[in-house]
Parts: sequence; structure tokens; C-alpha cells
Amino acid sequence: MEKDPYNIIVTGVGGQGNVVGSQLMGAVLVELGYKVTIGETYGATQRGGSVMSHVRVSKAQQLGPLIPPRSADLVIALEPSEAARVLGQFGNPGTVALVNTRPVYPVDVISGDRAYPEADLLLEKIRFLCKQVYFVEATKEALEMGNPILANIVLIGAAAGAGLLPISEDHLARAVADYMSPNLVEINTTAFRRGMRLVPNER
Amino acid sequence: MSLISKNEPGREFLLMGNEAIARGALEAGISVAAAYPGNPSSEIIESLSKVAEELGIYVEWSINEKVALEVAAAGAASGLNAIVAMKQNGMNVASDFLLNLNLSGIRGGLVLVACDDPSGISSTNEQDSRVFAKLADLPLLEPATFHDAKDMVREAFALSRAIENVVIVRSVTRISHARGNVVLGSLPEKRPAPHFDTSRPLAAMPVSVTHPRIHQRLKQAAEMLADSRFNTYKGPEKPELLILACGAASLFAGEAVSLLGLETRVGLATIGTTWPLPEAFLLKHLRSADRVLFLEEVDPVLENNVKELYADRNMELPRVRFLGKRSGDVPDTGELTPGTVIRIVGELMGATAPDAPSDFETAAKEALESFAPARSLAFCAGCPHRASFWAIKKALALDGRDGVVFGDIGCYSLAYMATGFYQAKTLHAMGSGAGMAAGFGKLGRFGATQPAIAVCGDSTKYHATIPALINGVHHSSDFLLILLDNSATAMTGFQPHPGRPVDAMGHEAPQIVLEDLCRSLGVKTLVKDPFIIEEAAMTIYELLQEKGPRCLVLRQECALVRAKTGPKRRPVSVDPEKCIGEDCGCNRLCTRVFRCPGLNWDVSVGKTKIDEAICTGCGVCADVCPRGAIVKETA
Ligand code: SF4
Ligand code: SF4
Repeated sequence: MEKDPYNIIVTGVGGQGNVVGSQLMGAVLVELGYKVTIGETYGATQRGGSVMSHVRVSKAQQLGPLIPPRSADLVIALEPSEAARVLGQFGNPGTVALVNTRPVYPVDVISGDRAYPEADLLLEKIRFLCKQVYFVEATKEALEMGNPILANIVLIGAAAGAGLLPISEDHLARAVADYMSPNLVEINTTAFRRGMRLVPNER
Repeated sequence: MSLISKNEPGREFLLMGNEAIARGALEAGISVAAAYPGNPSSEIIESLSKVAEELGIYVEWSINEKVALEVAAAGAASGLNAIVAMKQNGMNVASDFLLNLNLSGIRGGLVLVACDDPSGISSTNEQDSRVFAKLADLPLLEPATFHDAKDMVREAFALSRAIENVVIVRSVTRISHARGNVVLGSLPEKRPAPHFDTSRPLAAMPVSVTHPRIHQRLKQAAEMLADSRFNTYKGPEKPELLILACGAASLFAGEAVSLLGLETRVGLATIGTTWPLPEAFLLKHLRSADRVLFLEEVDPVLENNVKELYADRNMELPRVRFLGKRSGDVPDTGELTPGTVIRIVGELMGATAPDAPSDFETAAKEALESFAPARSLAFCAGCPHRASFWAIKKALALDGRDGVVFGDIGCYSLAYMATGFYQAKTLHAMGSGAGMAAGFGKLGRFGATQPAIAVCGDSTKYHATIPALINGVHHSSDFLLILLDNSATAMTGFQPHPGRPVDAMGHEAPQIVLEDLCRSLGVKTLVKDPFIIEEAAMTIYELLQEKGPRCLVLRQECALVRAKTGPKRRPVSVDPEKCIGEDCGCNRLCTRVFRCPGLNWDVSVGKTKIDEAICTGCGVCADVCPRGAIVKETA
């Protein structure tokens, strides 16, 4: 994270757990001496809407809770069409993205009112809108561990594995113990490790 | 173990704005905390409720905001420190008491936190609570950062005790629901013992005495806040443009100035003590610039107050051009965003942020238009409300008299949209659905033939529907009140309410049962399960044929609560032989109309399928499918 401020967006669909993911990431960064601000789109999170956390990291100052247009440095997307949405607004030719490939269909798609973009075209569009992108099967990993909600930690592990975040397994363990519960350390660090392992293969 | 109760002064944590506010209250030594849940304020009392036992404070989820303020005021009247929190709509509910409490004053410390929701992200309106400060002659502080939010609350208590009156702290969604660094201060060792000094009554009357007294106290507050460290200035001595900003807008403004490289040309004054105005501070800066830009959410409150001050003192001040919501330079509705602020400041200063290459812009636009399908708000998979509104829809169709459903506040507010089959036809304030239905039920004398239904959640019922119901009963109005009892305040995070056997601190509490309450008023009240959808629909139909006030409780646990406490109910699957998709004539009832997110329309084969990861196994869609193609195993 040479850039200051460093702007991260964690995005997904209500119920995918990105709020917890960004909170843990932020907690570690605060522990490492950064000023971190996280802004969340909230309210309708439980009912299938797009959910985005803006994580803003700086050594120097406490930043505002929203990232200016075209200013994301790293996008962590739990859902591919949400990656496109975020890159469309906040992406720039220098953005790096980590994208979970499993779609979550909007009700408008379920009802047949709208079509979900075709997978290949969607991934191509995402690729065009960043400097570099890692596609990760985070939900698959999480389901193997028995809980789809862990996909967000898998992705954070992948980001760390790709050298995009200065976060180690120990850091994460401490943050989970402090901010959530010591009982949850094991499962979260396992998800983190699985994520770390995913990235080199996907490059 | 909660972060906000840690007694480790100097440690730095990442806290949510609302947690920072709660921590500030703890550092100020509060004894009492009360609120009715409402986004974006809920986590203040929520986080205090989790440490209540550990720290020996009293925390309650009150029945509504007015009662919450009354509970807190009782503590403050007895010399304690008390905090009350509410969303902007709650200010309206509490204001009746607030505009009398201000006159009597209090004796301990009472801080009212009002959390506004610019753009109505989780609200039906975006009213600006700051106007209440002026109306009630009470001081109001506005934090711009998370750490400030904590410290401001602590200092608000000191101010409240000094002026013996309520102090308002106003937050917004972007502070309350955001997170940032907060350095912990120390927690007090002891709290005072409560005592109500009966020799000094607290009465709003006589107004001839109390009204001048609050003006006096507000003056005293202005003196105390004159040099407040919450009003800051950054920029050159003689800026080409002076920005006056409050709250989150000041963070956006600071960033816009540095992004546009205007640090040596633009000055930013952040105002934390919005009312009463820090006059000396403002006058000093008004002398230094000939263009002043106001950035604040939502109404031009600071803008108007500063202009008033300027008008009073214009003889001694240079000419100033004011730019803001009145001049049209700043949008006068909705929340401000960094993008908007950068544009406004850039245009005024002739500066622009660097653009991305044009082929990137084209691709970005295309990504938004064609690769990011909209996600309309919808009830969760397995939500009981979807079943309830399906039953209502069916009953109204069968009844055929164009019945009107009066909506109300909660998750089920969405019933005016596709996910509730467009059934609700009104949406206003807490409890107003029942009030309007009871009124509509009196229009039969003029020849009205449409039956009236009010829907109302369990928490809303206790908050504000009871007076409306009693009113309808007393006036023998013809209406059906359907109580959607999902046993939680689902929309704001499942806080307990009087219908639950526990209180905010987790103690056992007497349960006020919905149907008992209705029956005690002599109203015919039935209880059904919305998941037994045919029976629910028929019951509604039959009740619609009767006269006078009637109640139906549709009881089924919120899908999210259920997911936390129990396993998936049962496997549900689609029999591909029976599901004949578009050819069946059902118009794809399951996915096009019923629209549970647990169902998917599989375009490749033209059949519906179940998404295992999302379906909760409620089984309702099996009863909705006219072909019996959806199979639920017996639970
Ligand atoms: S939170 Fe509960 S009540 Fe609200 S939409 Fe979801 S399942 Fe329904
Ligand atoms: S059983 Fe049907 S209605 Fe119930 S959650 Fe599953 S898909 Fe939705």
C-alpha cells in the first residue's frame, strides 16, 4: 500500500457479510497504525440490495466515509456484477480487483424483468476496467467449509496472498478476538489461509 | 467482551460512529440510556445494552421516542447523566415532550442524540433535525469525525449539567454508520446516587418565567462554546473562497480542497457547535473572505443562521457573496457526496480533477448500464411478509370491492413495491396506517364501499398503533387491522419490544401479548400462520365481510431470526417434469409474481429451480404454484 490515501471497496449483496469483512480488515490496519475510515451503504442490507463498504486508509489523516469517483485502488467483490457496478463508478486504469465469480441473481432477474449479464462478457468488462484482476471461487471455498458467509474472509485472505494488503493470519486472529469473539478465530483464520492459497493459481 | 466498555485509556480502536457516541456517554458516566430503535441511530443503545450488566447502567428499548426521552429525563431530573437516541422521525414523536422539558430544564445531564438520514437511505423522509434546536432554544453539536463524536458527547454532558438543560448532538448516517479511529478515554469510577429534589419542582409553566430562562441558558451555552475546539479553521489567512461546513460535509470538503490542489487558496472552517452560533469565530472569518460557500446536509440551517448573523452585523462587515443552497450552487435535497463537493468547489475555483482516459469512461458507462443489473429492494427469502401480502392480495381479489391497504413503517413498508405485490397504498409515519384505515372506515355513510385494511408490524403496534386502534374501536369504524407479527424489530436489527419476554439488558420481562391487547378492547381477534397461505387468505376474506373493527394476527418468525436460531425448515425442490414454465399458463407465477429470491428462473431450460444456498425451506412457493411442481418435503 504505497499510495496514501489507499482506497479499498468491498462490495457484494446484502447478507454476504462484506460489512464484517471490511470491519476486520480495518481493525487490523488501525492496529498497524493507520487512520482508517469505513463508510457503508446500509439500511437495506438484509434485503438483497447492493452493499458496499468504502475502506479508506491513510497514515496522515482521518478521511471522509466515501471514496470520490474514479478513486478506488483495490476492489474486493463478493459478486461479479457488483464488481462491474463498483468499477463503473470508482474504477480507474490503476485499480486492482479481486472478484468472487459466483453470481447472486437480483429479484429483477429472477422475475425475468432483467437479464443477468453473460458470464464471459462480464468478466471481460471487469478485466478492461482494472489494471489487474484476480478471479477467485471464494463461495466454493466457503461452502466447502460449511458456510457461504466465509467467502468474504476467503477474499481478504486472497488479497493478502496477492500482496495487496499488509495483513497476516496473526493480525486477523487478533482482530477477530477483539472485535467479534475468540470462538470465531479458528474458522476465520482457516478461511483466510484458504484464500491466501487461492491467488497464485488464479494469476 | 465489548470494545466500548474497555477501560484502557489511550488505546485506539476502529469504532462505528454510533459506538463512539455510546463510548462518549460511558466516559461521561451515564446511568440511564433509552431509545426506540430506528436507523441510523439503533447501535447507540444497542451497544450500551450489551455492556449494561457489566457496567451497572440501566438501558431500555422504550416503546417510542417520546417515552424514551421521558425515561431519560427522569434520570436527569434526579441528578444522573442520561442519554436518549433517535432517528430523525423520532424527533417528531419526542418533540411534544422536548418542547416542554426545555422550559422546565433538568438537574443532571441529558444528551439527546438525533441521527439524521440524508437521502432517506433507510427512512421515509430526510428531515433535518437541527431545526428543533432553534425551535427549542437548545444547544446542538455536530461531529465531523468518529473521535469527535465520542468527545463531543462527553462534553455535551458537561454543558448540559452546566446550563441545566438538554443538549442535542446531531449525527448523520455517514457518521453514525461509518467507522473510524477512536482513542479511548477513561471511564469514571462512580456514579451519583439519584435523588429528586422535591423542593424544586420541574414545570414548564409559567411560561413568562421559563421562556426567558431558557434564552438566558442558551446565552450561557454560547459563552461556554465560544472557543470550542470543535470549530476549526484550516487554510490561508485571506482565502479566495471560505467554506463553512458541518458534519460529514467538512470531511468531503477537506478532501476536495486537497484533491484539487487548492490548499493555499481555499479555507475550510468546520463548525461543530451549530447552535448557538460561535459568533466571534464566524465574524472573524467573514471578515477574511468575500466568497463564502456553505456545505451541510440537508437544509440550509447553518447557511440561514450565518446569514442572519451577517445581516445583524452588516455595518461592520465587508461585502460577502454567499454561495449555497439558496444560490443554487449546492443541491438543496439529498446527501452530499465527495463527487458533488469536488464538482462544486472545482467550478467555483476554476479547477478540475484529472479525468480518466475516454475509452475507460465509455467502458465504465457501459459497465453500469449493461453489466450491473439493478437490485430492487425485496423481502428476504422465506420472509413471512411475502406470504402475508400474497394472502392479502388473494383475499382482496376474491372480495372484489377494490379494498384499500393502508401501509406502515417496518420491513413491510416495501409492500407498496413489487415484492409486496403493490398491495400497500399508503406509507407515512409509525402507526398512521391504522389511523387512516380507522378514518376511512367511517366513510361508509357517504357511500364508500371499499373495505379498509391496515397492516402493522408488532413493534409498530406498540409504538403508535394502539391509540389509532382505540380510536377506531370507540367510533365503531369498519376496518381490519392485520398485525404482521414476526416477533422482532427486524428492520433495525432485532431489538426486543414489549411483545417479547426479554428486555434490552437480556433480563426476563413481562410479555404484552398482541392478541390479548386487542381482545381487551373488545375487538374480534384471530391468529393465523401466513405460511399456511390458503387458510390465511380465506380468513382475511371472511373478516372483510364483517363490520366494525377486527384484528388478525399473522404470526411467523422473521426469516433472519429463524436463520440464526434454527436449521432450514425442509428441503424444497422443483419437479422438472411438472414445471412446464412459460407454456403452463401460470404466467410463471412463482418467479415473475411471487418473486422469492430462493427461486430462480433457469432460462436455458425454461423452468424454475430452487437456489439451495438461499431458500429457507418455508414451503410457501409450493402452495403458490398452480401445477404443484414445487415439492416440499414434510417438515
Ligand atoms: S428482515 Fe425479516 S421481516 Fe424483514 S424482510 Fe427479511 S425476513 Fe422479512
Ligand atoms: S420454499 Fe420457496 S418461498 Fe420458501 S424460501 Fe424456498 S424458494 Fe422461497
